[in-house]
Amino acid sequence: MALRVGCAAAPGRALENKTGAWRVFKPVFEPEKCTKCGMCALVCPEGCVRETEEGTFEPDLDYCKGCGLCVEICPKKGIQMEKEEK
Amino acid sequence: MLEFMEGSHAVAEIIKRCRPQVIAAYPITPQTHIVEDLAQMVANCEIDAEYITVESEFSALSACLGASAAGSRVYSATTSQGLALMFEVCFNVAGMRQPIVMTIANRSLGAPLSIWNDQQDSISLRDSGWLQFYAEDNQEAADLHMIAYKVCEDHDVLLPAFVCFDGFILTHTYEPVALPTQEEVDAYLPAFTPYQRLDAENPLSFGMYATPEYYMEFRYEVDRAMQRAKQAFIKAGREFGERFGRDYSALVEGYRLEDADTALVAMGSICGTAKDAIDEMREHGRKVGLLNIRMFRPFPAQEIANALKGVSTVAVLDKNISLGNGGAVGTEVKAALSGSGISVYDYIIALGGRDVRKRDIAAVVDLAEKGEGDLFYGLRTEVL
Amino acid sequence: MAEVEGGGCELFSAGHRACGGCGPALAARLLLKATGKNVIIAAATGCMEVFSTPYPETAWGVPWIHSLFENPAAVASGIEASLKRQGRTEKVVCIGGDGSTLDIGVLCISGAFERGHDITYICYDNEAYMNTGIQRSGATPYGASTTTSPVGKCSHGNPHPKKDMPAILAAHGAPYVATASIAYQNDFIKKVERAINTPGPCYIQVHTPCCTGWGFESGETLNMAKLAIETGLWVNYEMVDGRIEKAKKVRRKPVEEYLSKQKRFRHLFKPTRQDDVIANIQAIADANAERFGIDIKAKEPSE
Repeated sequence: MALRVGCAAAPGRALENKTGAWRVFKPVFEPEKCTKCGMCALVCPEGCVRETEEGTFEPDLDYCKGCGLCVEICPKKGIQMEKEEK
Repeated sequence: MLEFMEGSHAVAEIIKRCRPQVIAAYPITPQTHIVEDLAQMVANCEIDAEYITVESEFSALSACLGASAAGSRVYSATTSQGLALMFEVCFNVAGMRQPIVMTIANRSLGAPLSIWNDQQDSISLRDSGWLQFYAEDNQEAADLHMIAYKVCEDHDVLLPAFVCFDGFILTHTYEPVALPTQEEVDAYLPAFTPYQRLDAENPLSFGMYATPEYYMEFRYEVDRAMQRAKQAFIKAGREFGERFGRDYSALVEGYRLEDADTALVAMGSICGTAKDAIDEMREHGRKVGLLNIRMFRPFPAQEIANALKGVSTVAVLDKNISLGNGGAVGTEVKAALSGSGISVYDYIIALGGRDVRKRDIAAVVDLAEKGEGDLFYGLRTEVL
Repeated sequence: MAEVEGGGCELFSAGHRACGGCGPALAARLLLKATGKNVIIAAATGCMEVFSTPYPETAWGVPWIHSLFENPAAVASGIEASLKRQGRTEKVVCIGGDGSTLDIGVLCISGAFERGHDITYICYDNEAYMNTGIQRSGATPYGASTTTSPVGKCSHGNPHPKKDMPAILAAHGAPYVATASIAYQNDFIKKVERAINTPGPCYIQVHTPCCTGWGFESGETLNMAKLAIETGLWVNYEMVDGRIEKAKKVRRKPVEEYLSKQKRFRHLFKPTRQDDVIANIQAIADANAERFGIDIKAKEPSE
């Protein structure tokens, strides 16, 4: 693709970088504990916690870096970190 | 119609007619009259622009960058120490391909501190990606600003430009100047149409960082744009001539060069003195001519080589010095003439505002024809 | 506009290269939730700029410009002037780290604030030059170890106090100045909304702990931000026309609870306790408490 003048770019291409590959630990969400407070989605630095159809939440594992902020913030301790099997 | 006015005022009048939307400027001798005149015009609602009294030259060019990226035609002016302070922003602006036009009221660089003219300031930024034009007199200084905006804003160019004219010698000198009307300028220079801009309707990220996989290609693109600027200038200069009667379609201009044995090469107001000196020398049968470099960046190497083809000796008048290596213009002219068999000599002259007379020009020609060259002309050995 | 599949529209998209658990990355997301689309961002060189814009992968879904390290406030001055001339309504927001804002950028910020441009300046404060490898800045707290204020035989870490940038900008006549923290996300969002809707130059310094630079586990970022507030080493407050208002009150914990959890303060505890340095830090917290009135008194209702 041709270089854009002035080292500029249109939005969207960061999504090509699947940062999920960085993970060592991954978050496992337990929907039965979820009170739908939305805190996990609010505090994720990647913005990759999304709402399901049921109104609970799940991580987008393509991008989740396994940082654990969601685990710490969940008021119901409804998210656990597990070592990822590769 | 010719009006008798100060060079700085002529530039301010032209800038007004170019309709900048944002002016950001910081005062520095000898540019102050330009920014003061513009401030008065804004205060009188003669220009419809935001005038930002910035806190430094660094901020002036940074503010111009922001305004240009947001879609406005902008203007600033500086010199010497102020331009040096802008160094970082200059490279940034060119890399970001913003068509900013900035007047450089050429002045020497400290230390030692000097407020007087030479061309060290703009020449020291010759690597930056800014187009560089040098005016011989105040009419050219005024005209070149209009042409610069047109060339810079061309979507095939998209580069910033320095329009250089000698501090005090031109800025503070009164000469007759023909100013076009607003309608004439509008017809030549339409409203600024940015190639891309900061816009919430069409978001873009400007000034991203480039890894080794991309950086070189970005720099290549800037260099290619510089080469395209030559044609853009010729075209804009020719159209200028058709509309206003003063043709600027030449990147370099010869004076009595056709049958010359010895040629002087110079930029800026010294060309005026040189032309008078040449006329006198011609009366005494000496075949001397001048090549005036109007566009220094991109460097018109081919045009210089073509113009000086028939000459046997060249004397370059350098109002600057690349310390440790001689004059910058001389070095580049030597490269352009390499292999031609022409003897090229470089004369460091008029640094820090030292006066140049017709007799000095004639003395330089004498030195060159005697083969005495690459030296500082007119050193006061008694103070050394 | 960048979208995460299945989710809402994120104006700051995933795929950026911040460390896992990055405080500034969260601040960027929250900032854009507050501003929405109608914004132009002028960014400084630094962690946030570098992790979000390696050509051509930009994470920003709004117009964004990066020029240099020290000049977003000057660039923003120009953008604001241009928008005024064009009659456009986008909000102009600067974002820079503490190094850019408190140190090298002071010239441009001072000028922009003195001239009263209608801009908002967000400083994300991770308390050091993080992008270049954790060097001391004017925002580095007293006693912290950085690579240019390292602990050694004759040093206990950074000997200088934290520069009070909010006070400096309030003194420029800024109508609204605030501190915030990613520990209190909705508070930060509200403050950004207030700042961008207050005419004139507004400033928010948001505390964004850095797990990599401070030395703690990535999942602890928000806990660390909260502890900073609970110990009084960071105060969340607002200044309206130069008067301090609405400082967040806390039941204060001793500073040790905060310091002992970060590698940058480990030297205060191991191999031997540096009680004098710890006491000095406690004194800073006590002075903050006094100045901003953050201590919950026994009879007052808690906030």
